[in-house]
Amino acid sequence: MKTFQKGGIHPPENKLTAAKQTEVLPLPVSVAIPVSQHIGAPATVIVNKGDSVKTGQVIAGSKGFVSVNIHSSVSGKVNKIDSIVDTTGYKQTAVFIDVEGDEWVDSVDRSDDIITDIKLSSEEIISRCQESGIVGLGGATFPSHVKLSVPSGKRCDLLIINGVECEPYLTADHRLMLEKGKEILVGISILMKALKIKRAQVGIENNKTDAIVHLKKLAASFEGIEICPLRVKYPQGAEKQLIKALTGREVPSGRLPIDVNVVVHNAGTAFAVYEAVQKNKPLIERVVTITGKTLANPGNYLVRIGTPVSLLIEKAGGLPDDTGKIISGGPMMGKALINTDIPVVKGMSGIILFPSSESDRMPSQPCIRCAKCVSVCPLGLEPYLLMLLAQKGLFEKAEEERITDCMECGSCSYTCPAGRPLLDYIRLGKSTVIKMARERVVK
Amino acid sequence: MSTLFNISLSPHSHSQETTKKLMFGVVIALLPALFTSIFYFGYGALIVTSVSVISCLVFEYLIQRFLLKKPVSVTDGSALVTGLLLAFNVPSNLPVHIIIIGSLVSIGIAKMTFGGLGNNPFNPALVGRVFMLISFPVQMTSWPVPAGFNTGYTDAVTGATPLAIVKEGLKNGEPLSDLITQIPTPSQMFLGNMGGSLGEIAAIALLIGFVYLLMRKIITWHIPVSIIATIGIFTTILWLANPAKNADPMFHILAGGVLLGAVFMATDYVTSPMNPKAQIIYGIGIGILTVVIRVWGAYPEGVSFAILIMNAFVPLMNRYIKPGRFGEEVKNG
Ligand code: SF4
Ligand code: SF4
Repeated sequence: MKTFQKGGIHPPENKLTAAKQTEVLPLPVSVAIPVSQHIGAPATVIVNKGDSVKTGQVIAGSKGFVSVNIHSSVSGKVNKIDSIVDTTGYKQTAVFIDVEGDEWVDSVDRSDDIITDIKLSSEEIISRCQESGIVGLGGATFPSHVKLSVPSGKRCDLLIINGVECEPYLTADHRLMLEKGKEILVGISILMKALKIKRAQVGIENNKTDAIVHLKKLAASFEGIEICPLRVKYPQGAEKQLIKALTGREVPSGRLPIDVNVVVHNAGTAFAVYEAVQKNKPLIERVVTITGKTLANPGNYLVRIGTPVSLLIEKAGGLPDDTGKIISGGPMMGKALINTDIPVVKGMSGIILFPSSESDRMPSQPCIRCAKCVSVCPLGLEPYLLMLLAQKGLFEKAEEERITDCMECGSCSYTCPAGRPLLDYIRLGKSTVIKMARERVVK
Repeated sequence: MSTLFNISLSPHSHSQETTKKLMFGVVIALLPALFTSIFYFGYGALIVTSVSVISCLVFEYLIQRFLLKKPVSVTDGSALVTGLLLAFNVPSNLPVHIIIIGSLVSIGIAKMTFGGLGNNPFNPALVGRVFMLISFPVQMTSWPVPAGFNTGYTDAVTGATPLAIVKEGLKNGEPLSDLITQIPTPSQMFLGNMGGSLGEIAAIALLIGFVYLLMRKIITWHIPVSIIATIGIFTTILWLANPAKNADPMFHILAGGVLLGAVFMATDYVTSPMNPKAQIIYGIGIGILTVVIRVWGAYPEGVSFAILIMNAFVPLMNRYIKPGRFGEEVKNG
């Protein structure tokens, strides 16, 4: 079975919710919808305090090419436009809406029928994605229409669908592939049409055999879609590692998948594209895994964007007393939340609660030069050295050692027996080097 | 917002592997060799090992506590490993005071003066061994013959090691075929029934330790395998070129400290290179130097010197031999 070769780790999988059917989370009393849930320019708010809005209505318009629309996920009245702390820990603008009923805009097809016939043209699909607010749902939240618009001079011959879900605990994509397999496959066909190509590969790690079998059966009646099981290894869900595992192509340092003629989209994104294109339904809800060893009732929920995380936790049995950390995303790359008022956003694949006993890092000790960090780095970097250079402020040297290649997968810090905060220092070095490089361009 | 949550940066999980667990893993891997040594050398093996371990631990504690006034990290297991390895590299009849001096050199000079664990360029146990070899050449080259608990400690009956018998014999012009009859058979050597350093004798015990280290992922195969393979290939060439003058590769690998050196000394984290490519070059270097010293040098054994010499090149190798970066060249599959 295929996998990527260089580095990688095998953290305990802890997929506690793999067998839990997705449930619909009840509507909250109010939502807070941030205007920046994607990489790129924040959308511009186009509603005012006191306005009535419907579910699916645009409340903030995309600003420029690398930006998408933001829609109301509920119907009700705009209470205020104010700032809220989001997953990053910074304040940003959000539209607060008090929920009244659930009245949708008329254009959305809310029936359960699966429409396989793709009527929209390539260009129409791409603009529909932007209008419908589609972004990468694996966590990177890069606007999908940008990836579908292949720049002139570049060529795409393969679409890769990321169904790897290599982070421990998370099962949102897994459940979606099991429960919405056919819709995902139509979504993949739509993406292929947008890219004007005939081939797609779906990479799924071998710990989701049920999803592999299910999709393989369904894919038989779709043209050009191949389901590819992969050997379990973190971080196989990283674009470069997934492309390497499936095709053997190596995206060069500092370049994009399109440079090796590949475009990668997440399985959840394929589903969102299906809904946007076939049902005219904008991205207003997503599947979120709520999990943790101390949680009474972990599960997978279909959640409206803007719902406070607290509601999700409540539904899963309430916040356990000894909770020390709340993580948005996976334990390897996720962000720790400062409170539970933070709203669910497009890029939030899961919420994990850690008991306080697992929340603290071990104390940092001297580097014993065991080379374990070097051997697990999927990009062939030398984390111990990069940390040292960043600590000493030797940023030019760090740049030579390719610090900016680091994708922050965390394998090095995870592995270091001396508990050194390798990635913390690498991040510091990386951001400094990027700033230096920008200043060079300006001069 | 009554509770304060931990908001440290990712990753939020850790492998739970620690320096201490790794060091105690090495200790476990050394146990088979320690037991065979006690089996063959009796009280001597016990006394030398205990003295070495205790004095390494005590010196580390005293130096950190009173000289450097730093936090004491003696429980991390690294001084314990050094103590065991130091004992493994000396004869089992070595007098107590020499062992204590060797421990002081290992811990005090080779490790602490460079800043403690992680900063020493040379393998502490080997520095201690070479210091003792130069300062006490007689005691360091008198080897008890294996006699279990029937033999004493410093008054044990001694004899030459297989390597020394062959080296001396060849120098005196004796034919190799005669010399072979004076040394233990390969299967005796494999089981450890020969004279030599306390921990180097039993290939079987060292190999069990090697398998354990690999299984626990404490070390990788690169250094041990490249050393042993290089010695095997190099001595095969010499042997085929002149079988009357050069011993066979089996002899070179089993007699003396190749396995102890390759598995436990050269793989010392701190003093070995940081990526597989460099590790293989390092291993090849140790292999070549070992054979050169054994065949053409003044000493019958060369593993320790070979490792120390290659230790000196490690900083250079780390600087210029880089791991293969992902996406270095455009590869289209
Ligand atoms: S976080 Fe960066 S340096 Fe560390 S293993 Fe991942 S890519 Fe390598
Ligand atoms: S894993 Fe930790 S202790 Fe080992 S070399 Fe890297 S930084 Fe040093």
